[in-house]
Amino acid sequence: MSDGELSTSCREEILGREPRLTIFERSRPGRRAAATPALDVPDRPLDEVVPAALQRTRPARLPEVAEVDIVRHFTNLSALNYGVDNGAYPLGSCTMKYNPRVNERAAALEGFRGLHPYQPESLAQGALELLHTLEGWLCEIAGLARATLQPAAGAHGELTGLLLMRACHEDRGRSPRRIVIPDTAHGTNPASVIMAGYEPVPVVSDARGGVDMEQLRAIVAEGDVAGLMLTNPSTLGLFEENILEIAELVHGAGGLLYYDGANSNAVLGISRPGDMGFDIVHFNTHKTFSTPHGGGGPGAGPIVVGEELVPFLPVPTVEKREDGTYYLDHDRPRSIGKVRTFYGNVGVLVRAYAYIRALGPEGLRRVSERAVLNANYVLAGLRDLFDVPFERRCMHEFVVSATPLRAHGVRAMDVAKRLLDHGVHPPTTYFPLIVDEALMVEPTETESRESLDRIVEAFRTVAREAAEDPEMVCVAPHTLPVRRLDEASAARKPVVRQRFPEDEGAAAS
Amino acid sequence: MTGRPALDYTPHSETDVRELLGAVGAGSVEELFAEIPAAVRFEGELRLPAGLSEAELMAELTRLAGADCPASGLVSFLGAGVYDHYVPAIVDAVVSRGEYLTAYTPYQPERSQGVLQSIFEYQSAICELTGMEVSNASMYDAGTALAEASFLAGGQTRRGRILVSEGVHPEYRQVLATESAGYGPRPETVPLAAGMATDLGLLQGALGDDVAAVVLQQPNAFGALEDMAEAARLAHEAGALFVAAVDPLSLGLLTPPGDYGADVVVGEGQALGSPMSFGGPGLGFMAVTARLMRRLPGRLVGETVDAEGRRGFVLTLQTREQHIRREKATSNICSNHALNALAAVVYLSWLGKEGFPALAELCARRAAYLRERLLELPGVEAYTAGPVFREFAVRLPLPAARLVDALVPRGFLAGVPMSRFAGAFGGAAGGGLDDMLLLAVTERRTREQIDAFVAAVADALSSGEVRHV
Repeated sequence: MSDGELSTSCREEILGREPRLTIFERSRPGRRAAATPALDVPDRPLDEVVPAALQRTRPARLPEVAEVDIVRHFTNLSALNYGVDNGAYPLGSCTMKYNPRVNERAAALEGFRGLHPYQPESLAQGALELLHTLEGWLCEIAGLARATLQPAAGAHGELTGLLLMRACHEDRGRSPRRIVIPDTAHGTNPASVIMAGYEPVPVVSDARGGVDMEQLRAIVAEGDVAGLMLTNPSTLGLFEENILEIAELVHGAGGLLYYDGANSNAVLGISRPGDMGFDIVHFNTHKTFSTPHGGGGPGAGPIVVGEELVPFLPVPTVEKREDGTYYLDHDRPRSIGKVRTFYGNVGVLVRAYAYIRALGPEGLRRVSERAVLNANYVLAGLRDLFDVPFERRCMHEFVVSATPLRAHGVRAMDVAKRLLDHGVHPPTTYFPLIVDEALMVEPTETESRESLDRIVEAFRTVAREAAEDPEMVCVAPHTLPVRRLDEASAARKPVVRQRFPEDEGAAAS
Repeated sequence: MTGRPALDYTPHSETDVRELLGAVGAGSVEELFAEIPAAVRFEGELRLPAGLSEAELMAELTRLAGADCPASGLVSFLGAGVYDHYVPAIVDAVVSRGEYLTAYTPYQPERSQGVLQSIFEYQSAICELTGMEVSNASMYDAGTALAEASFLAGGQTRRGRILVSEGVHPEYRQVLATESAGYGPRPETVPLAAGMATDLGLLQGALGDDVAAVVLQQPNAFGALEDMAEAARLAHEAGALFVAAVDPLSLGLLTPPGDYGADVVVGEGQALGSPMSFGGPGLGFMAVTARLMRRLPGRLVGETVDAEGRRGFVLTLQTREQHIRREKATSNICSNHALNALAAVVYLSWLGKEGFPALAELCARRAAYLRERLLELPGVEAYTAGPVFREFAVRLPLPAARLVDALVPRGFLAGVPMSRFAGAFGGAAGGGLDDMLLLAVTERRTREQIDAFVAAVADALSSGEVRHV
């Protein structure tokens, strides 16, 4: 949004020349937006409806604002934010691709949006058909047997997958304790392992960025391995060349293989996790299947599994009868139970359905081809400026190291902040942990050649500035509504809610 | 390109593809994938239907949506955790803005002040509703929030049991049980007494120095209002935390959990501006006392200043989180329900300080009216005793599912037959739930609709169709 589109006072706030107000601070006694529908049932003292002893004694201090105040407040706040709709967002491992607007229209159809989860199944046949069909498509894309659409996000899918793994081992009469995780894995992997009651065991990466086979063999030989979690392509953007050998090794020791599908955007219709030997797969619909990330969710993290794990899937599953009608099957005695209420983030799943249906097999394959092409193009444009830790063909994303800039006192974080000034959302920084000063770049397939050139140009400009004027780069950004924010003091003395004049001194500590 | 024209969200022309390939030194697209071992290459085409144009796509989705009957097609008294409240136009207008909708988690605060400030405002609103000191940026739903509350309580007290009232929604309890398979305190249930409030005598008997937390829901799954203050007192006496699962809209009328000493508050916030969407995405919320802040799972936004002293907002206390602490994090949660949290703070601002209690009161008055009218019908008996907020159960002279079926052609979704939760209850609720119907009344149900519904129930009960099947 350009300055010209903002009202003068808001423009002053956004440009930081006037203090920004919260919606609470815009409150004025007696103002209101909503009108409550009229009381049309017999009036009587409220205490006869709910006894005074159960009633709250002071009102929640919600804002008193007019409707126009709310619309302007949140519209102007939105101008302080940045999404894929605004421009390139090459945030590695997050697959910030364009979110088709037609998907929003689909999810807003009253027949989906207005459905209650407990209405009779005969009145929800369309939604059940959609969920059943989507499950089938995800199975085909993963190369596995059945799926659950319940998990609300990727990390939630991980926990679900590990609980399925646990149930499977128990069913086999085993109780192994250890889950092997490469040192390049997302932080959610070890955290999910703990929540599933397992012990994470790290395995290092070898000189080519893959799993170190020698160490993996040693870990497996020690025994007690319940399974292995792997992202493929890895967070380095590299395909695991030894995947079949890894699968054989882990399976041979009675373990199961879990596929972290965060990077599935590289391999749609090109290589299927089931064919690689994985038993359990999660997809992030908000990455691979274009559902919007919403500033931090809601997403969906469906789990796809092989035959042996099917009996343990959460209830209910969606089933089709011979007469073509659909129903929810709650009667699955070996199920692990439920990982969330109702049937999952259906509103999100409608969008994922719309995306897969729109593209078809040819379109999905094109997604991965162009995601990989775009990543390689950006890498080619940056290769001479940064260290490339693994000289291999990258997949849909790549990692470079900003260590060459260290001579000027410039860190990966500074590069990220300066990129903001040049109108490009920064890459993921300092991840994966095994690459010093890591910058992890994922342009996605929906960036045009001009957009990719702008990304490359922004990086190149920042690298040049790092040499010429490092002090300026180290205190970037310079052109945004705020300068670098003091995160240390925010953590030292947390202010995590609105403070009102009357409760000064009572802030959380 | 082969096949029929279909949607394609990639902006590349064939020329672009050729030139990009040239720039990366690849002779073909195929060459880009040369590092994938041949044995795991997928040959051929995925067995998926061919792509569509946008018009064709919307035609198919409209057909599917048309095979459903949304609540707007019938007069609905369904509740049990998901409620048919009105979502104002400004909520949709705000949450559909691309700057919010298409942004990632705000890892770059300087370019994410919009989402960060909206989360701060959301946290503040949840604190005001619940009377708690700290709210996180949201959870997935009430069930997973309850599981996180249990893990938090286990970590805080280092005790191994959690006592959960059977008045807590059966699905929340099921999620807790499933996610506790290998971690956290062992859940045990506490039965309900007659009238469907928790049997506090049995609760007291079950308490001990190995109990990490006690969980009650207000109003509970049968709509009964619990004695939360007494339950909290019992929990604290035994050194356990008290976890309150609450309906946020009820807090326009009912005592906030902070006032009765709750240590942790969780709940489902779908009613705060999110559509029902067949049960998701809604909004899990979680709030705690200041002393438990560092044990909170998930994102937390704090206020700070920039290098020039200007106000700004950042993700804070991130050392609790998985992307920093990995296996030592308080939880694995990463994505949450930020957009639903944004909807909630817009919705609560729209209701405002006056409108929020007014809406709660209207729901309670209309629910009370419906209950009275239904109990006038022969054979319909009270099941939930005492006052209620917007939901209650009645005992019918026939299986509730049969009445629900009979009322659909009359234009009503009569409520939730409690038989769908068979097996989830012992105690006073254990003696068969077939005849029990749970009904909810929102501000969208007018007196005219309620009167017509009661007449339709009376008609159905007196007709032969439901009595003799």
